[in-house]
Amino acid sequence: MDMVFLAQEAAEVAQSNLGNGLVFGLATLGPGIGLGILIGKAIESMARQPEAAGMVRTTMFIGIGVVEVLALLGFVLAFII
Amino acid sequence: MTPFLAVDVQYGGNFDGALDDINALFQMPPIFEFGIGGLDLSINRTILIIWLATAAAFLLFRAAFSDARIVPGKLQSACEMVIDFVRNIALDIIGPKGVKFVPLLTTFFVFIFAMNLMKITPGIMLPPTSRMAVTGFLALTAWVVYVSVGIKTHGFLGYIKEVSIPPGTPKAILPILAVIEFVSNLILRPFALAIRLFANMVAGHILVVITLVTVHVFLYPRPGLPVGILALGISPLVFGFELFIIGLQAYIFTLLTAVYISSSLESH
Repeated sequence: MDMVFLAQEAAEVAQSNLGNGLVFGLATLGPGIGLGILIGKAIESMARQPEAAGMVRTTMFIGIGVVEVLALLGFVLAFII
Repeated sequence: MTPFLAVDVQYGGNFDGALDDINALFQMPPIFEFGIGGLDLSINRTILIIWLATAAAFLLFRAAFSDARIVPGKLQSACEMVIDFVRNIALDIIGPKGVKFVPLLTTFFVFIFAMNLMKITPGIMLPPTSRMAVTGFLALTAWVVYVSVGIKTHGFLGYIKEVSIPPGTPKAILPILAVIEFVSNLILRPFALAIRLFANMVAGHILVVITLVTVHVFLYPRPGLPVGILALGISPLVFGFELFIIGLQAYIFTLLTAVYISSSLESH
């Protein structure tokens, strides 16, 4: 009986952990693509116009801050759920 | 759990369920119980770390600028570089009016950097910014500043109009867009500021703890020894990465505060 109970318990724990992992994993997909595009475009424009590199870099960091928070919300939610 | 974890590490005990409750990494037991009318003001390790980091930053800048010279010494020029860095952010983003906000932004940058640096300081290894109260209060300060600047510039109703109606909006979608803009500018912005710093620090602290616990557990003559060696090799990389994150988060918080202040100042 004890073994059955333990197995059930383990299955429940594993399921909830899988859910947490999925929340974070899915939450990183969109921001990951977004960050790739954002930084790639920023590097492209810096290479094309090196004299505007400072401005592009600052704007890039603002964009990173805005995109990154979506993934971090997923990280926080994974613990809350 | 954390005290038991430390004991387990010391005596090579078992780690079953050592990281079951991740909250225990961040919730320190009170050292000195204290409270006013149900408000818990106990002194715990996090608060001691905040005091220590603040005092360290204060003493560093005081030592640098107590006898400021025209030809700066080593320490003074290093601290001047920090202030110059923040000043450039303010001038780039806000423009000539930004000089007024340099003290605030410098305080944010230095405070957050000092707090975050406690994450990888040997002997402390706990960032106070991994508690929501600290980052929430910082974000609240930024919110109060940019909202009051906006109200001072445009007047109360003018500021409400400024944050909720983007220029050139078609009349048809105005009711929906105004609500979205209002919520995103006044409620989501400070929330995102707080969550960004908090979640980065929590993730970094968990990463550091897991790396170091792995080294402690597996670096021992037993079948898992390669894992221990791998973790030992990776740990400098983890620390370097965390140092990068620490600087980046302090920079992004300062930068976004400057952006929000600038958006309150300009009118369209």
